[in-house]
Amino acid sequence: MADIVPTSAVPHLEEVRDQPSGMPGARLERERDREAVRRTAAYVGQRLLGAAVSLLAVIFTSFFLFRIVPGDPVRVMTHGRPVTIEQKEALAREFGLDKPVFEQFATYLLGVLRFDFGESFQYHRPVLSMVGERLGPTVLLVGASLVVSALLGFWLGLQGAWRHGSTSDRVHTGVALTLWSVPSFWLGLILIVIFGSGLGWFPTSGMKTPGVEGFEAVLDVAHHMVLPLVTLVAVVYAQYLMVMRSSLLDEMGSDYLVTARAKGLRDSDVKRRHAVPNALLPTMTLVFINVGFVLFGAVLVETVFSWPGLGKLFYEGLSVPDLPLVQGLFVIFSATVILMNLISDLLYPIVDPRVRP
Amino acid sequence: MTTNTSSGSARTSPRQLTWARRRRAVATFWREYRRNRAGLFGLAVLSLFVLSALLVPWVVGEEALSVTRPPGEPLQPPSGEFLLGTDRSGRSVLDLVLWGSRVSLTVGFAATFISIAVGGLIGILAGHFHGWLSAALLRVTDWFLVMPTLVLAVALAAVLGRSLSTIIIAIGVTAWPTTARLVRAQTLAVEARPYIERARALGGGHWHVMSRHVLPNVMPIVLAQTTLMVAGAILTESTVAFLGLGDPTVPSWGSTIQAARDTGAVSSGMWWYILPPGIAIALVALAFTLCGRAIEGVLNPRLRSR
Repeated sequence: MADIVPTSAVPHLEEVRDQPSGMPGARLERERDREAVRRTAAYVGQRLLGAAVSLLAVIFTSFFLFRIVPGDPVRVMTHGRPVTIEQKEALAREFGLDKPVFEQFATYLLGVLRFDFGESFQYHRPVLSMVGERLGPTVLLVGASLVVSALLGFWLGLQGAWRHGSTSDRVHTGVALTLWSVPSFWLGLILIVIFGSGLGWFPTSGMKTPGVEGFEAVLDVAHHMVLPLVTLVAVVYAQYLMVMRSSLLDEMGSDYLVTARAKGLRDSDVKRRHAVPNALLPTMTLVFINVGFVLFGAVLVETVFSWPGLGKLFYEGLSVPDLPLVQGLFVIFSATVILMNLISDLLYPIVDPRVRP
Repeated sequence: MTTNTSSGSARTSPRQLTWARRRRAVATFWREYRRNRAGLFGLAVLSLFVLSALLVPWVVGEEALSVTRPPGEPLQPPSGEFLLGTDRSGRSVLDLVLWGSRVSLTVGFAATFISIAVGGLIGILAGHFHGWLSAALLRVTDWFLVMPTLVLAVALAAVLGRSLSTIIIAIGVTAWPTTARLVRAQTLAVEARPYIERARALGGGHWHVMSRHVLPNVMPIVLAQTTLMVAGAILTESTVAFLGLGDPTVPSWGSTIQAARDTGAVSSGMWWYILPPGIAIALVALAFTLCGRAIEGVLNPRLRSR
């Protein structure tokens, strides 16, 4: 990755201001600043270019995967229905499948770049507007589960590492690893059996009760979200716990913690002010990199709980199969992952001065 | 090392020495592994499942899977005859779970084999050679790395049609980039050591260095990665089957759960239909994960306190 540069750009700026202008030293400092800015720009440019290349690769893959591999999309579309040759030809014309492959790809690429993912085979509506309708619930569910599982995982991992080998550490690690091994869809079904149809505490499907208005509607959505959220968090938080734990364990052998203790700081201060900020760095990036994993978890959880989001849409598209819909969602999911990776790449040098370009 | 002091020094060939060294290494490995109780538990569970997967055709027999002539009434709760009740067509759930271990383990091992073979090869090549080849291989690895693995696997399974081999290929093709990354990093570390320079100076070519020096040093890390990857592959297989994209002709744990859901087992509380396959998936995945962590602990003493 980036080189490790011992001095950061910020202190230079202040030194420059302290010195009278025109001194050779100041000019040197300014020169160095310009160098740092240039390197930062190069780093950002490189990441942006990398993300763009990845995005193109995804678009190409999606075209190849959904147009070329299935052989004849028209056959997939009309699967199980009796159709005449004329109807097939009409369908092929409608979706531009009678044109040469290269032309099809160009049309597709230009469309995707304008967020036009074509029209769903099944509903005969633009994929984008269908995605738009379902975006909100998924963002809500995935966002909430990311926040909750990251906080939970960080907190438990921190406690575990600080008292590693203790009973609570062993129990939490064991529970997290077990939950991580459990298939999310199955966990969701079990939760439905226990808390939904068994105890009747929580609704088991959908996102809201019809006819509920105002502030109560918010509570209603929250009530509906409990079981899906718990399922997603249970499956996801283990990774944060393990990474936070091992990252803090790495830091705990460091000399600066001995120094901090030698200064007479209390144990909680040593942990909070010295160890945790350093241990948090690698874990932070994981939150962004993990979005792909959580998104797929959402496909299953939304399917199980009939949560009206993108994941359920993906499942509905798969069972037809509605190729443009699945293709569009594939590109959108992949693009989200690429975007999150880009954000984490750009954020990391800001948070951690050691890897600043 | 001390070749001439051991008994029969005149007759020990290099080959015998190598094998003696390997035996010693395995013994040391096992001594360290044995100390990890979670790892031993994982190994025990795993042996149990492998055993059941191997023996099930003789113990249960294929006729237990027949839908047209099922052994019992559909959806019966557990009884003396059917310890875990029956499914929607009247087959014993216990027998289904036992047969399912064959599918899960086959998919898990086969998919992992593909991804380890592809990832290992690309990783070693990318680490050994420099210049355009390495850059190109890394680019391809990154290409696959950004794609959401599970989404790609599901999409491939949807597009290629429903069969066990499709699922194996889909998982194998999408899981290799992590291995490639890992192997490349390890290859770079190994090739920086002086004995590689010695091998080169003595006239060892690319193939010699890669197969005789790099590969044996990369294998242990790959082994740990393998066990973790099998757990992931088994979870992915059950997921794909649950989404209805599995092979309809084989009784996989995931498809059993899907069938249970379709039958309405969730709302009518037929726990014996839903619980066993899910517990089996979780147990096998956990067992592989525990083994993988134990192996990592042996290979990397720094991790042992974790």
